[in-house]
Amino acid sequence: MSFDWSLIWDNIPILLQGAVITIQITVMAVGCGFFIGMIAALANLSRFKIVRLLVKCYVELFRGTPLLVQIFMIYFALPMVIGQSINPYVAAVTACSINSGAYVSEIFRAGIQSIDKGQMEAGRSLGLTWAQTMRYIVMPQAFKAIIPPLGNEFIAMMKDTSLVSVIGFEELTRRGQLIIARTYGSFEIWTAVAIIYLVMTLSISQLVAFLERRYNIK
Amino acid sequence: MIKMIDVYKSFGKNEVLKGINLHVERGEVVVIIGPSGSGKSTVLRCMNYLEEPTSGDVIVDGMNLNVKENINNVRAEVGMVFQRFNLFPHMTVLDNITLAPQKIRKMSKEEAEKIALELLAKVGLQDKADSYPQQLSGGQQQRVAIARALAMKPKVMLFDEPTSALDPEMVSEVLDVMKNLAKEGMTMVVVTHEMGFAKEVGTRVLFVDEGKILEEGTPKDVFEHPTNERTQLFLSKIL
Repeated sequence: MSFDWSLIWDNIPILLQGAVITIQITVMAVGCGFFIGMIAALANLSRFKIVRLLVKCYVELFRGTPLLVQIFMIYFALPMVIGQSINPYVAAVTACSINSGAYVSEIFRAGIQSIDKGQMEAGRSLGLTWAQTMRYIVMPQAFKAIIPPLGNEFIAMMKDTSLVSVIGFEELTRRGQLIIARTYGSFEIWTAVAIIYLVMTLSISQLVAFLERRYNIK
Repeated sequence: MIKMIDVYKSFGKNEVLKGINLHVERGEVVVIIGPSGSGKSTVLRCMNYLEEPTSGDVIVDGMNLNVKENINNVRAEVGMVFQRFNLFPHMTVLDNITLAPQKIRKMSKEEAEKIALELLAKVGLQDKADSYPQQLSGGQQQRVAIARALAMKPKVMLFDEPTSALDPEMVSEVLDVMKNLAKEGMTMVVVTHEMGFAKEVGTRVLFVDEGKILEEGTPKDVFEHPTNERTQLFLSKIL
């Protein structure tokens, strides 16, 4: 067989538009996931057992079931409960955000635990409240510590967004599928799709490496 | 200034304090000595409720710490210096010192920095304001920690083995700062193994073992004429 470059050149604009959508949904999911995860991790430090239990249920549920199933649940099953259909974009972002939040909350938990207990004690001994000590002393240090695992989560989420193609959401992978259905150019198009993903994930790696250098110098 | 009445503290099944009664008067420098694991650090940490007693009362400057609202108020009035400094590594020396006065005393940044620079001069580190903690030696870090606590203008200072984590040649620079504080009339409670410090500026020495105060008196009495057998044994090992 021969490699038909023209297939790629003809379809690259469509694929790149798909890549932009993949980036959008990834940024939205990781951004929302970051806040969900941070709140869940802080709630997990609560002195109320019921709050900690709820966080644990959330994390185990969304970490322990496939993202694909979660996407189906939100897009197909949830509308049957609420009696209203959900737009694929909303379903995709919601599923990815909640899923990412579960992982990010574990990342935050590890980050907070890695900060010496003496830091909290020093803050409290000065008269700062728990919340003030968290905000000014513990979290800024924890955040630095979790940059590398957050980077991993970012990369993993970017690849996992390909799963939302199953609900017809036209991100990079779905666009590849549609082009192939039209042209039968499996080899060329999947190669192009893979390379575009690779370029995007390598860019994130570079960004993370830059942030690590920046924050570790001090 | 500080009263502890019948204070008991257990960690799980392990009873660490077994009925501590003590009264620290304004202007006193009370030195707590005792073997490791005796509960002496726990006594100190109960004074600002970093450890909450299992039972008993701790009253600081008239405020009982079993009333929740009092805890942060007391802590703002009670400075604490830790064995391992516990400076905030992500902040400059200046920010370490100015954080609490700004957030708690609602001081302006300029005012807090002015006070911080005065305190740094007092501990001999005026040129280190813009350094980060890890750029300083242990002795310098501990002096910054003292300045940080002093920035809140505390009525009492608690020192939890402040020289134990230091290289020997840095011990004296920290002790000198503490001696000066004592001479200025600061009320201090110090857990330490530095008997020279206790003898020079201590007004009272408490010997703690197995969660109880076994002996107390002037440094001269306790060091030269200890009456309790265990005090004698302890002193014979360290002097």
